[in-house]
Amino acid sequence: MTTDAELATIAQSLRRRCIEMCRGRGRGYAGQGLALADIMAVLYFDALRRDGNTLTDRVVLSTGHSAIAVYSALGELGVFTEEELRTYGQDGSRIEESPLSGLPGFPITGGSLGQGLSQAVGLTLGDRMAGRDTRTFCIVSDGELQEGQTWEAAMSAAHYRLNNLVVLIDNNRMQADGDPAMVMAVEPIDAKFAAFGFDVERVTANDLPAVRAAIHRAMRATDRPVALVCDTVLGFGVPSFVSYAKVHYMNVSDDVWLRALEEIG
Amino acid sequence: MVVPTLLPTPEPVQAPFADALVELAARRPDVVVLSADLSNYTDLRPFATAYPDRFIQVGMAEANMMGMAGGLARAGFLPIAVTYGVFATRRAYDQVAMALATGDVHAIVVAFLPGITTPFRATHQATDDLALMRAIPGMTVIDPADATEVASSLHAAADHSGPIYLRGLRGLVERRFSPSEFRIGKAVTVRTGADALIVGTGLGTSWALDAANLASQRGVESTIIHAATLKPFDDAYIVAASEGFSHVHVVENHSTVGGLADAVSCALARAGRSVRVVAHGVPDVWAPAGSLDHVRTGLGLDADSLAAAITREAGRS
Repeated sequence: MTTDAELATIAQSLRRRCIEMCRGRGRGYAGQGLALADIMAVLYFDALRRDGNTLTDRVVLSTGHSAIAVYSALGELGVFTEEELRTYGQDGSRIEESPLSGLPGFPITGGSLGQGLSQAVGLTLGDRMAGRDTRTFCIVSDGELQEGQTWEAAMSAAHYRLNNLVVLIDNNRMQADGDPAMVMAVEPIDAKFAAFGFDVERVTANDLPAVRAAIHRAMRATDRPVALVCDTVLGFGVPSFVSYAKVHYMNVSDDVWLRALEEIG
Repeated sequence: MVVPTLLPTPEPVQAPFADALVELAARRPDVVVLSADLSNYTDLRPFATAYPDRFIQVGMAEANMMGMAGGLARAGFLPIAVTYGVFATRRAYDQVAMALATGDVHAIVVAFLPGITTPFRATHQATDDLALMRAIPGMTVIDPADATEVASSLHAAADHSGPIYLRGLRGLVERRFSPSEFRIGKAVTVRTGADALIVGTGLGTSWALDAANLASQRGVESTIIHAATLKPFDDAYIVAASEGFSHVHVVENHSTVGGLADAVSCALARAGRSVRVVAHGVPDVWAPAGSLDHVRTGLGLDADSLAAAITREAGRS
């Protein structure tokens, strides 16, 4: 069994991969990749079941522009080469900043925000109808909760008692126009999902052992879906990024990326 | 290929979609059907009764329904999402585009109350749905004309690939065509005459057939081409059929913007054909409310009005 320390080492590797991906073009969603690295390490290297090299559980990314986090994990798994991942966001590359469904590891088209949870509900319901025990982990952001469709989907997940569905809310408190508290308040997120019929837990998402424990508790749900409100910090692991005002989308010179690699260590 | 031939007189058929869906489900165990609180109004009850485990009620939430359909398709099922045309298109356009039209997805959207077949006005009249769906990359768009095609096009859609938008006709539906094979993307000639050329789709073809019979009594014989598939459009067939005609009438249960009139116009223009297009449909307004007969008459889509136009354009009035 993988230890917390080993997963933490993997998370740091994922962070380095995010930086290396952004170095190719000098820009990208590094802040999101860094914020989600601990969750990615737990999901892909501990929680998701696999048959040989094939994952039998799935991650559904609704927040398409956070694809860098998924890429970093898939790179660690060898699904994409480091060389290809360095083409992230570049003209002609399939490693798009916000990919469409069909790319390995991306079962749905996220990115048109607010739509991913519906597709995750369809996948999970389909698994049940097909007699499969597959678990679906759907990542949505706090900003996406402003889209009404998210709540249509939440209602249906609870209605159909999809206990194999875990919704991870990337609560990074930063959307395009600023803090959701100022743009359009989404809190209390946990109370909202609870009211919709979910089991709910809030977790400090860059505390890897805490994330791991919460995800494992979520996997034991028996009669309803689970929402994990993951309080994340954009740029976590690179202190100079955490305090950077434009961390939502970073377009900086290579010396800044190199310094970030040093900060990760 | 078995092409549709006209029955001597139209026959009413009760709920042809309901029977076709149950038949399809029997031969295709991967079929699942989603409804957004309209199963009683879209002829879904027989399916839901016969296959309760494959019927998915999503409530009044069309955006979520299209997303769920996308997930079910990716889980290995053939989802058929059924609602009214306005809700399938205007309400859930981005969801249809993203969840059903990206990636390798085979899914069918069945849209009832097409065009002006509802007593309500803009809220329920899907007079722009074909235009919207034609614009989505890779979307197949079909408007069946009668009870035969309601059934045959559903089977053809299930055996096709990619995302498919299929208009539905509910309740008592006229059967105009003998049992025939539905070929997606193929237009067919359902009537021949040397004096006028008419291209129809959906109920527009039925309306054109009645108008052509009236015009015939006035000595004007019409060729009618039925183009049930709006996309991919059978450009070559339309262009070839236009040979020798100075103008072509287009009849559709839809806006004259973005539907069959535009598809025919584009086909002819791109082929360099100088054939005038006379568009019969809903002009660029919200259609009036009322019975189908009332609305058709108001828009010049009733048999008398269409026959008058056909006769006039043929220089016989």
